[in-house]
Amino acid sequence: MATDSIALGAAARERRSITELLHEWVVTVDHKKIGLMYIFYALFFLIVAGLEATVIRIQLIVPNNHFVSPQVFNRMMTMHGTTMIFFVAMPLLFGMGNYLVPIMIGARDMAFPRLNAWSFWVMAFGGLLLYFSFLGGSGLYGAGSAPDVGWFAYAPLTSLPFSPGHSTDFWTLGILVSGFGSIGTAVNFIATIVCMRCKGMTMGRMPLLAWLMLVTAALVILAVSPLTAAQAMLMLDRYVGSHFFDTQAGGSAVVWMHFFWIFGHPEVYVLIMPCFGFISEIIPVFSRKPIFGYPVMVGASVCIAFVSLSVWAHHMFTVGMDSYANSFFTISTLIVGIPTGIKIFNWLATMWGGKLIFKAPMLFSIAFLFQFLIAGLTGVMLAAAPFDWQLGNSYFVVAHFHYVIVGGILFSVFGAFYYWYPKVTGRMYNEWLARLHFVLFVIGFHLTFDFMHIPGLLGMPRRIYTYEAGRGWETWNLIVTIGVLFQALGILAFVANLAWSWFKGRPAGNDPWDAWTLEWSTVSPPPAYNFAEVPAVHSRRPLWDLKHPEDPDWKYE
Amino acid sequence: MSEAEAAAQTAEPQWVLPYRGTVGMATLIVAESAIFLIFVVAYLFYIGKSISGPTPREVLEMPIFASICLLSSSLTIHYALAALRKAQIGMFTALWFATFALGAIFIVATGLEWRHLIYEKGLTISTNLFGTTYYSLVGLHAFHVCVGLLGLLLGLLFALMGKVQAQHSEKAEVFSLYWHFVDAVWVVVFTVVYIVGR
Repeated sequence: MATDSIALGAAARERRSITELLHEWVVTVDHKKIGLMYIFYALFFLIVAGLEATVIRIQLIVPNNHFVSPQVFNRMMTMHGTTMIFFVAMPLLFGMGNYLVPIMIGARDMAFPRLNAWSFWVMAFGGLLLYFSFLGGSGLYGAGSAPDVGWFAYAPLTSLPFSPGHSTDFWTLGILVSGFGSIGTAVNFIATIVCMRCKGMTMGRMPLLAWLMLVTAALVILAVSPLTAAQAMLMLDRYVGSHFFDTQAGGSAVVWMHFFWIFGHPEVYVLIMPCFGFISEIIPVFSRKPIFGYPVMVGASVCIAFVSLSVWAHHMFTVGMDSYANSFFTISTLIVGIPTGIKIFNWLATMWGGKLIFKAPMLFSIAFLFQFLIAGLTGVMLAAAPFDWQLGNSYFVVAHFHYVIVGGILFSVFGAFYYWYPKVTGRMYNEWLARLHFVLFVIGFHLTFDFMHIPGLLGMPRRIYTYEAGRGWETWNLIVTIGVLFQALGILAFVANLAWSWFKGRPAGNDPWDAWTLEWSTVSPPPAYNFAEVPAVHSRRPLWDLKHPEDPDWKYE
Repeated sequence: MSEAEAAAQTAEPQWVLPYRGTVGMATLIVAESAIFLIFVVAYLFYIGKSISGPTPREVLEMPIFASICLLSSSLTIHYALAALRKAQIGMFTALWFATFALGAIFIVATGLEWRHLIYEKGLTISTNLFGTTYYSLVGLHAFHVCVGLLGLLLGLLFALMGKVQAQHSEKAEVFSLYWHFVDAVWVVVFTVVYIVGR
C-alpha cells in the first residue's frame, strides 16, 4: 500500500505542459476532479462576495456615510446575496459531496460522470453570466450595471418599467442556468447513492454524510425546480410581455413571493443538510466513539426535509396573510425545531464520555454546535408571527440568517476542509495556522453577527443605504464592521494554509485521523479509480472492522 | 474467525441494486413534475382574473383527436418495448415509428390550435392573464413533447440503421418512462385547461 502511494505520487508529479493540464481538467469526468473544480470555483466567489459584503459594511460603518452611491450599494447587496447562495454555498457543498460520496459508499465514480461534468460547467457559466452583468447589464442604455433588485427580487421591481436594461435578465438567466446544473447534480447524487453502493453497503450502513447528501439531493429536486419555473415566468414577463407578476394586468406580486420562497426556504436546508453530514462524520472520529443514535439521525434528517417543504410563508408574515395561514406557517416552522433538537442532542451524546481530540476540524464542529443552536433559537423567535411583525425586514433577520449561514454552514465547511484536506491532497494542513484561523473567525463572527441583532431590535431596517446619527445605531454598526476585519484575516489564514500546505505540508498518509469510513482506506490523494479493489463492507464502520478483526462492529449491529 | 466472517458473508443476500438509468429518470420526472406543478398552480390561481377578453369559454375548443393520439402513443411505445425484449426488431421499429407519428400529430394539432387562436381569435401570450398562463403551460408541455419526439426520432434512426438489439431494451425503457410522463402530464394539463379552466 505504502509503495503504491509513492509510485502514484511520483506519477502525479510528472511535469506536464499547462495546455495538457488544462485540457485534462476541462474534459475530465472524474468525480474528484469535478468536485475540486466546484470547490475552487466556490472559493473564488467566496472571496468576491466577501469583498462585496465588505463594501456594504464600510458604507454602514458611520452614519450619513457616502463611501459608495445608493445605486452601487443596492448592486453590492444583491450580488452578495445571490453569489453567496448560488455560486458559493451550493457549489461548495456539491463539490464536497461530489468528491466524498462515491468514495464513502465504495463506488468508482458517480452514476452519470458526463452529466456530472455537464452540471458543473452549466453552473460555472451561470456564475459568469451573473457577473457579466457588470459589463453588459445595461446593454445599449449606457454604462454597465449589476442587478440591484435584492436576492429575492420581488415583483414588480423586476418588471421592465422599474428594471430597464439587462441587469435583471442576467440575474434571472444566471440563476436559471445554474438551477439546471443543480437539478442535474441532484439526479446524479440520488442515482449514485441508490445504485452504486459497494457490496454490503446497505442503506442502514451508509455513512451519515451519504445519507444527508441523499436528503439534500431530494430537497434540491423539490425546491430548485419551482425556482426554475418561477424564473422562466419572470423571463416570459420581461421578454414577451406576459403578465404573471404584472399587477396592472391582474397578475400578482404575491405569487412571485410564494414561488420564490417555496424554493427559498427548503434552500436553507439544502445548504445545512450536507453540513449536518460533515459534523456527523467529524464528531465521532474526534470523540473516538461511534455516532450516537444513527437511525434517529437519519429519521430526523428526513423529517426536517419533509417539514421544510411546508414552512415557506414564514418569510411572508409581514406581507399580510390571513390568520389561518399565519398559524399554519408558525406551527410548521416551530415543528422543525424538534428533529433539529434531536440532532443536536445526538451530537452531544456522541461527545459525552468520549476521548475528545481538539484538532481544527473538531474545534469548528464544536463552534458549529453552539452557533447553530443560537441561530435556531432566533429562528424560533422569528417563526412566531407577532414577533416577526415587529422585526421582519430588520437587521435582526439579517443577523439571524447570517448566524445560520456563517455560524452554521461556513463553520462546518471549514471543519470539513481541515478534516478531508489530508485525504484530498495527501498532505497535512498546518495546525497552528488552522487554530489562528479558528480564533480569528470566532472573534470576527461574534463581533459582526452577535452585535448585528441589536440595531435590528432598535429598528434598523435591512438593505438601508445609510442612516442618521442619534438613533443609537452608531456603536453597534461600528462594532459589526470591525468584526469584518477579523473575518477577513481569518479567511486569509485559511487560504494561506490551504496554499502553503498543498506544497509544503508534511505527508499525511492514508488515514491520519484513525477514522472508520471507506475514503480513508484508499491512498491519499485517491487514484482516478478510487479503489484498486472494490471494497465489501459488513458494518457502519468498515475500517474499524479491518483494524479490529477481534471485535468487529458487525457482531453488534 | 475467518469462519465467522465467511458465515457473515454467505448470510448476506445477493447484492443487486436498481438500474441507475431508471432511478435517474424517475428523479428527473419528480423534478419536472415540480416545474409543471408551479405552472399548473399559476394557471389555476389566475383563472377568471383576466381584466380583458378573450375568455377561455369564448375561444378554446377541446383537442379531443390530438389527445387521443398522444395518449395512445403510450400504448404503442409499451408494445414496442415488449417486442424489443422478445428481439422482434421489425415489430419494434413499426411500433416505435407509430409512437413518433402519434406524437407528431399531437404537436401539429397544437400548432394549428395556436395558429387559430393567434390569427383568428387574437389571443397571444401578452393579451391577458389567460393568454399568459395558457401559452406557458401548454407550451411547456409541447416543449417536452418535442424533446420526446427528438428522442423517438433518434431511436428510430438507430433502428433503421440496424443498431437496435434486444440488449438495448433497458435503455429504451428509461426513455419510455419519460414518454409516459409526458402523456400523464397531458391528462393534468387537459383537465386544468380545457375542463376546469373553461
